[in-house]
Amino acid sequence: ITCLAMYLFAEFDDAANLLAANPDATTISIDEPVEIPKNQHSRLQEPGREEDDELLGTDDSDKTELLAGQKKSAPFWTFEYYQTFFDVDTYQVLDRIKGSVFPVPGKNFVRLYIRSNPDLYGPFWICATLVFTIAVSGNLSNFFIHLGKPTYHYVPEFRKVSIAATTIYAYAWLVPLALWGFLMWRNSKVMNIVSYSFLEIVCVYGYSLFIYIPTAVLWIIPQRVVRWLLAVFSLCLSGSVLVMTFWPAVRDDNRRIAVATVATVLLLHALLAVGCLAYFFDAPELDIPAPIIPAHNSTSKVVLEQ
Amino acid sequence: FPGLADVSISQDIPVEGEITVPVGSHSPDEDYSTLDEPVKDTIMRDLKAVGKKFVHVMYPRKSSALLRDWDLWGPLVLCVSLALMLQGGSADSKDDGGPQFAEVFVIIWFGAVVITLNSKLLGGTISFFQSLCVLGYCVMPLTVAMLVCRLVLLAGAGTVSFIIRLVVVGAMFAWSTLASTAFLADSQPPNRKALVVYPIFLFYFVISWMILTFTPQ
Repeated sequence: ITCLAMYLFAEFDDAANLLAANPDATTISIDEPVEIPKNQHSRLQEPGREEDDELLGTDDSDKTELLAGQKKSAPFWTFEYYQTFFDVDTYQVLDRIKGSVFPVPGKNFVRLYIRSNPDLYGPFWICATLVFTIAVSGNLSNFFIHLGKPTYHYVPEFRKVSIAATTIYAYAWLVPLALWGFLMWRNSKVMNIVSYSFLEIVCVYGYSLFIYIPTAVLWIIPQRVVRWLLAVFSLCLSGSVLVMTFWPAVRDDNRRIAVATVATVLLLHALLAVGCLAYFFDAPELDIPAPIIPAHNSTSKVVLEQ
Repeated sequence: FPGLADVSISQDIPVEGEITVPVGSHSPDEDYSTLDEPVKDTIMRDLKAVGKKFVHVMYPRKSSALLRDWDLWGPLVLCVSLALMLQGGSADSKDDGGPQFAEVFVIIWFGAVVITLNSKLLGGTISFFQSLCVLGYCVMPLTVAMLVCRLVLLAGAGTVSFIIRLVVVGAMFAWSTLASTAFLADSQPPNRKALVVYPIFLFYFVISWMILTFTPQ
C-alpha cells in the first residue's frame, strides 16, 4: 500500500505543479458536456488553495451548466433524467472495461475513464453477465466433475441463479452505498481533496467486477490449485483498481482509518470471490473410489482354493 | 364580430335550406366498423396478423409489419408454450431442479422489459411495446428448438442426443438473435448499436441455456 501511495503522491504532485504554474487552467475536458455533481469539490489542486478552489469551482459550475444545457437538471421523475446515466458510446464502455482489467499504476480509474460521466450501463450489465456466467459455469463444472459416476443425475440447479443475482447485485449496490456514506461522513470531519459521488463509486465497483467474468469461465477447470491461482490473480487486478481509486479519498484522514477503509474494501471483494468459488463450484477430487479391493480378495481366494 | 355589424338581412328574404352532410362512399369509418361482422371474422383477422408475424420472424427481412402493427398475442402464446414445455423437468420438488413455470415467465417478460428500457435509455427511437413485440416474437425459433429437444429426448438421453440438441439449440439461438437484431438495429443510435445488441444476446443465451439443460425425470 505504501508503494501505491507513493505512486499516487507522485501523480498528484505533478498535476498540482502544473496547476500551480497556470492557476486559471481548468482540468475539465470539454469534448463532452460536463456536469459537476453537488457534493464534488474541485480536483487535482493543492491543499493550500482552498479559497481559489471554491472560486474556480463556482465559475466552472456556472460555465459548465451553460455548456451542458439541460443535462442533469431534469427532475428525477422524468425519463430524461435517467437517460443521462446512459450517455455512453460503445467505445467508451469498452475503454472503461479495458481500464478495469489493465490497471495502470498511479492512474485513478475514476479520473481517467469516468471523468464525471458515470454510467449505469456498465455496472448493470456487467453484474447481469456475471450472475449468469457464474451460474452457468458452476453448473458446467459440477457436471464435468461428477460425469461418469453412476449415481449422478444432472440437475440444472436453477435456484442458484436467483441466489447469485441477489448476492452480486447486493454487493454491487449496497457496498458502494455504505462506502459513499462513510466517505461523506469522513468528509464532513476532514477536508479531503478528492471525493466521489455515489454513482462514480457504483461505476468503479461495477467495472471492477468485469475481471471475474473470464475468471468464472476458467473456474470450470477442475483443479483446486488453478482455481485458487485464478481467484488470487483476478482479486489482485480488480482490488488494485479499487485501492487506487479510494486511497486518494481517504489518505488525508487519520492513518488508521484510511488503512482500515481500504482493507475493508479489499476484504469484501475477496469475500465475494471466495464465496462464489466455494458455493457455486463443487470441490474437485470428490470421487469416491469404487470398491475394487474386496472383489480382488475373493477372486484371489478362488484361485488359491483351486 | 365588429365587421359583421353592417351586414343585415332583409326581413323579406326567407332564409331556408337544408343542412345535411353528404355521406361519402369512401368514408374510413366503414372499414373500421367491425361491430357487425361475425365473430369468426374478427378472430381470423387477428390470427392472420399473428401468423403473418411468425412468418416474418422465420424469414427475417426488413419489414414494418412487426413494428407498426405490434401485438402481444404471439409473445404470450410463445412464452406460455415454452414455459409449459420446460415443466416436467428433473426433480421438480427439490430445490435444484429446472426453472418453474413462473420463473420462465418472469425471465422472459422481465428480461424483455429490461432490454426495452435499456435500448430506450440509450437513445433508441423504438416504442416500448414495439420492442416487446419484436423480442417476444423472436423467441419463436427457441420454442421450436424446445419442441425438437423434447422429441429427441423421447428417443433417448445419451451423448448423441445431447449433440443433436446442442446443434439445434445453438442454431435457433443464432437465428433468434439475428432476427431480433435485424428488426431492432435501425432504431438505435449508430455508435451504440453494440451496447443495445449485447443484452439481447444475453437474453436469448439464458433462454437457450434453460432449453439445453432441460432433463426429463
